[in-house]
Amino acid sequence: MSDDILIVGASQAGVQLAASLRDLGHTAPITLVGAERHLPYQRPPLSKGFLTGAASAESLALRTRDYYHEQQIDLVLGERVTGIDVDGGRATTDAGREIRASRVALATGSRPRRLVVPGSELTGVLYLRDLDDAAAVCAALHTATSVVIIGGGYIGLEAASVAAASGVRTTLVEAAGRLIERVAAPVLSSFFLHLHQGRGVDVRLSRFVTHMDGHDGAVTTVHLDNGEAVAADLVLIGIGVTPRTELAEAMGLQVQGGIVVDRQGRTSDSRVVAAGDCTLLPHPLQPDVMVRLESVQNAVEQAKVAAAALLGRDDVYDTVPWFWSDQGEVKLQIAGISAGYDAVVVRGDPGTRKFSVLYYRQGRLIAADSVNAPADYLAVRRSLTARATMEPGDVADPAVPLKSLLPT
Amino acid sequence: MVTVNYVSPDGTSRQLTAEPNVSVMEAAVRNGLTGIVAECGGSLACATCHVYVDESWLLRTGRAEDCDDDLEDQMLEGTSEERRETSRLSCQLVLTEELDGLTVHLPESQI
Repeated sequence: MSDDILIVGASQAGVQLAASLRDLGHTAPITLVGAERHLPYQRPPLSKGFLTGAASAESLALRTRDYYHEQQIDLVLGERVTGIDVDGGRATTDAGREIRASRVALATGSRPRRLVVPGSELTGVLYLRDLDDAAAVCAALHTATSVVIIGGGYIGLEAASVAAASGVRTTLVEAAGRLIERVAAPVLSSFFLHLHQGRGVDVRLSRFVTHMDGHDGAVTTVHLDNGEAVAADLVLIGIGVTPRTELAEAMGLQVQGGIVVDRQGRTSDSRVVAAGDCTLLPHPLQPDVMVRLESVQNAVEQAKVAAAALLGRDDVYDTVPWFWSDQGEVKLQIAGISAGYDAVVVRGDPGTRKFSVLYYRQGRLIAADSVNAPADYLAVRRSLTARATMEPGDVADPAVPLKSLLPT
Repeated sequence: MVTVNYVSPDGTSRQLTAEPNVSVMEAAVRNGLTGIVAECGGSLACATCHVYVDESWLLRTGRAEDCDDDLEDQMLEGTSEERRETSRLSCQLVLTEELDGLTVHLPESQI
């Protein structure tokens, strides 16, 4: 059997897989295939600095072109892998290319969940996932007079920050009763609601879109379930993502709303690993719970252990998940996963725009959301890394640095 | 092009070149230097690109506590590696011709 490794998806996870394989001493051929034509790039800035124009497309590159050459990573861009036959040791792309592949890493990522209502195919109705999407949104923002953002999650809020700052009339529609409901406590939802309202964003909670109207094929109006019509020449939809699991399914791998992997990144076929948004994985700190994580940190850490697993090692992904969101001058940093919390402690005054929300379950610290409070975020991240906790009664006073509560 | 020397804790060093206006972090990461992690890609969100600027360059790079934005200063206070006067987050060190030949020392670990 040959040692050729195929990595599907030239993403954050895919690039890390390739880099880690080389770092770990793998010398046989590595082919990294990406459907997009761009040199592999970072996605988080697409809804942040890239939309504001602060970051250029070139500045998003994960590695230089020379890096792939020097590391002998065969980078195939603009082609999509259409079939993988691990037993036969080969894969094919939509361009008819045949690639040797005795072992495979899937880093296929996710696609935006589509909103299907009458009119949702009109011109001017956009999604934000890849660089081309972001370039289209950026261009549309320059000429738009009225933007409707559908979805009050992080993508929607980041986009709303950029749109409102550019002076465009901005409406944000969220079906749930509060913003970022899925991932944050009510106190944080309420903070972001007031923040965005203060910037002039018209936030409509508990509302959903029934249909859209257009003129000459371009969107003009978004209709809400209460009968209201909101003018819009740009509609941006950010209602979550769906893992890309088609290849995994075709390969007969176990898939449950994500490619099922273990703590080492292995799928149900020992010759195949997977990493990043496309996976369903054991919670890194609580492995009896399966989770999906959409973040750079997860992509990178999973890719590292998955690369090790492909080389027969047994590294385990047990580092603390973390996330961030930039919304104008507000920086949110999240350590841990708050899902399942039964109590929160608010540290500091949200009115000052510098505070943290610490999440507890059965008296143990499990996560924190820090707004413009990086020291709190780092202390909680280190505490979780040490598998320590902080007493709820000790953390509320902002005058006491959380760092002082870390085990010595 | 601007040259930067990255010195590992074991004393080995690697020299990389980059275009002006690229950060010390970007020059490292894009070329596969592993001692700088930079998961957030330079958004001042992760504190995993900590370096110690060589003393002889400190006047030219400036110190973190002197920056207008105090986020970097706060982040450095929170890392587990020793905070020194020379500590910087390398995503905030943008290369200019003036910094050609800069030497930075990498910590044992990031965060």
